[in-house]
Amino acid sequence: MTRTQIAGIILLASALMPRANAAESSVSVYEADTEPTVRGRIDELVFGRLQQLGITPARVCSDGVFVRRVYLDITGTLPTATEARQFLRDADPDKRSKLIDRLLERDEYADYWAMRWCDLLRVKSEFPIKLWPNAVQAYHGWVRTCVRDNVPYDRFVREMLTGSGSNFRDPQVNFYRAVQSREPQAIAQAVALSFMGVRPERWPQQRWSGMAAFFSQIAYKPTVEWKEEIVIFDLEKSRSPQGTESLRAAAFPDSAPVQLVPGDDPRKTLADWLVHPKNPWFTRNIVNRVWFWLMGRGIVHPPDDIYPENPPVNPELLACLEQDLIAAHYDLKHLYREILNSTTYQLSCVPRSDNPMAAANFAFCPLRRLEAEVLIDALCQITGTSEQYSSIIPEPYTFMPKDQRAVALADASITSPFLEKFGRSSRDTGLESDRNNRPTAAQRLHLLNSSHIRRKLETSHELRAILAPDLSLDDLISKALVLVAPNPIVTKIAALMTPDPEVPQTISEIYLTALSRMPTNEELEIAATHMKATWGDEGPRDILWTLINTPEFSYRH
Amino acid sequence: MTTNRPSLEGRLLPAGGSEAGLSRREMLRYGLIGAGAALVAGSRGRAVDGTPARAKSVIQIWLAGGPSHLDSFDPKPDAGNDYCGPLNNPIATNVQGIRIGELLPLLAKQADKFSLVRSMTHGDNGHETAAYLTQTGRRPADRLVYPCAGAVVSRFRGYDNGYKGLIPPYIVLTESQGRFSEAGFLGARYMPFATGGDPVQQPFMVEGVVSPGLSQEQQERRRKLLGKLDTLGSTLKNDPALAVFHESEAQAYDMILGDGAKAFDLSQEPDAVRKRYDVNWGTWVSRTRFGQSCLVARRLVQRGVPYITINFGGWDSHTDNFKVMRQLLPDLDTGLSTLLSELSEHGLLDSTIVWCCGEFGRTPKIDWGPPWNGGRNHYGKVFSALVAGGGFKGGCVVGSTDAKGEEVQDRPVYPCDLLGSIYALMGIDPEGPLSNPLGLPMTVTPTAADGIPMAGRLKEIM
Repeated sequence: MTRTQIAGIILLASALMPRANAAESSVSVYEADTEPTVRGRIDELVFGRLQQLGITPARVCSDGVFVRRVYLDITGTLPTATEARQFLRDADPDKRSKLIDRLLERDEYADYWAMRWCDLLRVKSEFPIKLWPNAVQAYHGWVRTCVRDNVPYDRFVREMLTGSGSNFRDPQVNFYRAVQSREPQAIAQAVALSFMGVRPERWPQQRWSGMAAFFSQIAYKPTVEWKEEIVIFDLEKSRSPQGTESLRAAAFPDSAPVQLVPGDDPRKTLADWLVHPKNPWFTRNIVNRVWFWLMGRGIVHPPDDIYPENPPVNPELLACLEQDLIAAHYDLKHLYREILNSTTYQLSCVPRSDNPMAAANFAFCPLRRLEAEVLIDALCQITGTSEQYSSIIPEPYTFMPKDQRAVALADASITSPFLEKFGRSSRDTGLESDRNNRPTAAQRLHLLNSSHIRRKLETSHELRAILAPDLSLDDLISKALVLVAPNPIVTKIAALMTPDPEVPQTISEIYLTALSRMPTNEELEIAATHMKATWGDEGPRDILWTLINTPEFSYRH
Repeated sequence: MTTNRPSLEGRLLPAGGSEAGLSRREMLRYGLIGAGAALVAGSRGRAVDGTPARAKSVIQIWLAGGPSHLDSFDPKPDAGNDYCGPLNNPIATNVQGIRIGELLPLLAKQADKFSLVRSMTHGDNGHETAAYLTQTGRRPADRLVYPCAGAVVSRFRGYDNGYKGLIPPYIVLTESQGRFSEAGFLGARYMPFATGGDPVQQPFMVEGVVSPGLSQEQQERRRKLLGKLDTLGSTLKNDPALAVFHESEAQAYDMILGDGAKAFDLSQEPDAVRKRYDVNWGTWVSRTRFGQSCLVARRLVQRGVPYITINFGGWDSHTDNFKVMRQLLPDLDTGLSTLLSELSEHGLLDSTIVWCCGEFGRTPKIDWGPPWNGGRNHYGKVFSALVAGGGFKGGCVVGSTDAKGEEVQDRPVYPCDLLGSIYALMGIDPEGPLSNPLGLPMTVTPTAADGIPMAGRLKEIM
């Protein structure tokens, strides 16, 4: 059979095949054919509000979208083709919540969320934050351990605020070093931004100074070890007339009465006030932040600028999350589970309402470009290649191991042209805007046409494995099942194409690898037609190149 | 006014703004800031502080590593062998009274086109901190990472203020400096586009723009396939984030398939022109990356690109300084002098600023002992800068140093003075506001209140 004949048969087959169901034209590959249902308090509050506003929420997302979305949101990592296939095949009705539970226990969860926390905490070696590499490693390690062990959030914050000791051996003290200035005002600003979600620049100066006074007794002392520094409460300073004077200004931002015991570390008093469940900012900030991180939009938005004129879009929802986290004793994984298991989180990205209030009220899943680190790791994963990262301070240079993932880099001062171009967080200010996920033409040039990406595609082990699979019997059976189960036309075409029986399989495998889903019939036809017009590896490589250049690859959707 | 156009380098502010990074409120603020800045910075041609804005483009020749001022633009033949070494015979230029180093004979014939600032100073002896200081005018220890001159020009003379070119407004030939964060707090939108590749080679493989082994036809076929397989794009036709994505892509293809790539195609230049940038070593002639980068820079200026940096490294001559000088100065001499002639021949010199210096000078006293064997070390106290075109007068010398080139003798010039002069000639008010993420009141160049030493802009040559 000639190539033209085959192409003809494919077209014919597709023309003759009845559409899977009548709804295909309206239900896209990104949606499940089910209406959203209320699964808990979050959904009640979100859908209740949507109903008030007359907004129809999106459909629930398809399994292919879900598997990709939760892998990216929980672990910052793409599912492999095998993982995606297993999930798609799984018939367990509880498979989504089971997957969420499994992913929350993965090492990659700790890597990814340590990265997000280190953005907020400004973890980098060089100016304007000057932690220096040893302290960066220690601090990042401490943050990652807290994330991995799910240390209750109130304790996590308290340890940073009240820590004393060496920046190498008591890493949490680096909180007081990872600030743009060591003046009490600047420290108060960092605390307010990181743990209260507010910008004291908006406060009356007196309120800001009142909070700053709690940080007026900190001393930084060098040791004989290179770049070691001790951060302590300076008892002498606190007993001096000047110290007593500056402490007299201490006032909580909510004007609660301050009781300071002379000789006690005032940071402890502030921490007691801050992490208290009754504190009006503390819990609100973290639930709103986590909501923003997972949903792509805060209930108060932006999440790091909470003030009276920027009210929550759904106050009941915010209050409900706050109470829930307090009842769970600041167990952040509990909060993640509540959000991730909600139907609200699992809505598709295809809106069914053009009401301008729809996005702000979570009527559909907003697109979010993958973070620079996640994107390069994904490109490495699907091509089976690696990146070389190195640090040029201190000399002699440090070279990271070859399999270093960008998500797991401790130090924002260790970077690469790719990470810079794709807007990795500068970790300069701790504002969410330090990270910039906006697409630019330079980024498009890079993915479309750079030698960097070209080399990855040309040397791709993954692609070679797809083209010449060294398969176990189990794999073969599973592949055959994929072909039979969800997509009857695939088998049909496969049967017709005796000279190239592997083409649809190859295409499906490339789709699973890059986009974590099976191709639609239409995509399969287009890709197969293209493959037939090319020779050797060129066709499959073109398909992979195409998929990584679609917004579906760059965006978590 | 801030536009919705995505820049080649940076972020843009889409109409919908649904993406996580930027709320409507923030956009509004950016928009207002954009409007404010546009009002303050003014349109082209507006005089800043009495200085007419004559310049449209800037070419920065960055001598990374820090060249010796004594061996280049501030010779001290009477200081003795411990200061001059073998280069003790400076040459006269076509401007009476100005002598420069003997390894710069071609520039000596062009001294009427440029002026020398011999009293540059900042006192910092670390490469990174001095490079930061010289190119931002700010202290490295401040709370924020400040943008360098290229990013500032890109901010005020790029896509935000009417630049419409296909080529990004801030180009680096050929590699970025690495640890030096060009855009600082201004962010990715104002970062330079570094070409990569080597302009000596044919074709000049500009990273992302020129792709080996892919014909125009293959590029177009792939693009079509991409359009057909963009299922998310065709499902979400009205998504504002995707609109930005697709617009960026169209711009990228303008560069790959359209006229953008032609700016970098040196085969469009007559061979005789390319040869003018080749270094003549007496017995042989060589084509250099620096020389051909100068030619690319001229082509970019012709296309209206407002800021081009040529990174020319290797000047860190701790060991055997004079061997390094004999290798590098002839290359600088040929490339820079040809660039000045060509800009002048094309009528572009009046509207193009060329500035050339490194992050610092080098110790005037030579270290003859091993292992340095005639080396010179870092010297932030004194260095020289060359400025030409765009409203800078030629044939002048600003400031002077003592008999051994160790101290500034009169009219010190700090980096912020030089940068402020460049901005003023570009019609950017050095005292105008610069928006920043902390919302601090801030001006484009530091003011006296910032506590940074300064001695005033170079009015004597503007």
